[in-house]
Amino acid sequence: MAKAKYAFFLGCIAPLRYPGIEKSTRDVCAALGIDLVDFNDASCCPAPGVIRSFDRKTWVAAAARNLALAEKAGVDILTICNGCYGSLFDAAHELHEDAELLKEVNTILAEIGLEYKGGTTVRHFAEVIYNDVGMDKVKKAIKNPLDLKVATFYGCHFLKPSDIKQLDDPENPSMLDKMVEATGATSMYRKDKMMCCGAGGGLRSEFSDFAMKFTEENLKNMKDGGAEVIVDICPFCHLQFDRGQKELKGYSMPVLHLSQLYALALGMDKKELGLDAHLTPVKL
Amino acid sequence: MTATPNMEFVNDIIANGGESVNMCFQCGTCTASCPSGRMTSFRTRRLVRMAQLGMKDETLNSDELWFCTTCYSCTERCPRDVAIVDIIVAMRNLAVASGKMYEGHKKTAQSLIKNGHTVPINDEVKAQRKALGLPEVPPTVLASKDAKKDFDKIMKATGFKKIIGE
Repeated sequence: MAKAKYAFFLGCIAPLRYPGIEKSTRDVCAALGIDLVDFNDASCCPAPGVIRSFDRKTWVAAAARNLALAEKAGVDILTICNGCYGSLFDAAHELHEDAELLKEVNTILAEIGLEYKGGTTVRHFAEVIYNDVGMDKVKKAIKNPLDLKVATFYGCHFLKPSDIKQLDDPENPSMLDKMVEATGATSMYRKDKMMCCGAGGGLRSEFSDFAMKFTEENLKNMKDGGAEVIVDICPFCHLQFDRGQKELKGYSMPVLHLSQLYALALGMDKKELGLDAHLTPVKL
Repeated sequence: MTATPNMEFVNDIIANGGESVNMCFQCGTCTASCPSGRMTSFRTRRLVRMAQLGMKDETLNSDELWFCTTCYSCTERCPRDVAIVDIIVAMRNLAVASGKMYEGHKKTAQSLIKNGHTVPINDEVKAQRKALGLPEVPPTVLASKDAKKDFDKIMKATGFKKIIGE
């Protein structure tokens, strides 16, 4: 099988708020043999909860521009964010299923000399590691086994809608837990594990008090379950937990993106993780 | 309170991506599965029923329409395969098109138009990026005037500025 090459889709929150996630992803991919190329000229995915809620046509057209740029470069897309994954995967799916929509979108793309033919595959960093690299290879690459009690946080748009994502059981998944445990860490059981972080759908930007209620309930369940660190696969969930704990009293659970956890386990210097951007201190 | 039904409303929802709205038979699995419904006055089943009954003004002007995080718990569990999130998105699109937009949401939309990203870049993150050996400005539309121009053309073609009331 030819080695896949991926355009590294950065999105917004990772490069512009938690650059350590971008850096860790680059380092971890290099160490595990995932070939990343820069995704030049991409925009926001655009965000599924907000931009799609405002205007579906703008959402799908801007997503199609990103998909078309990757297609033109002859590479598939790798995302590190559930929002980006949700938007780009779902938009690619819709454009694949709906010829009329594809035609309409291509009329818009023609204005900038682009055409989307429907050939871009959208992947998430976490499932590429799980499905393509595999846990055996990861376990062999661990240089710094981690003795941590982890609350795994899948987020919503990674597994759902599950009829099109088809990655794992959306109610009781195990993929991320296995990835975390491959580092030597323990994934701790907790109540209501698949509950949303609260940030999505425009809640954080307009109704942040409600968003924080989701966050607090999750944190309580994590703490009650005995976890000492949160591992997420989405910079927006990451931001909600990291910044949210600063606003809430009584919680100081470090938040790591899977790429940062893996960077640590693969023996990279802690300075390379960009932890100074975190508001909840990460003392490991 | 007397509601004035607008029987075109269901068709508007269907035309905007909520094709399955009439499939709902009101079992309430969605409301029972909704994390937002546990903390807010949002009731998923109620919103879908109001849509079916043509209660256009009542739904499009309700804050509850915006209390969904799009987590898809309802969609996953619906025994009738109703794509509930798509119905909510369709109604939100109709609300925005009718001029209903919250300030916090408008700010996010304005950032997308201005930056091509939902959050702006700042000096602090530029310094953090530099310290990590990353380019100060990521290689996205932020780093290319031509790419941003193309992005602007897409926004212009869809009329996004006008849609968000700019």
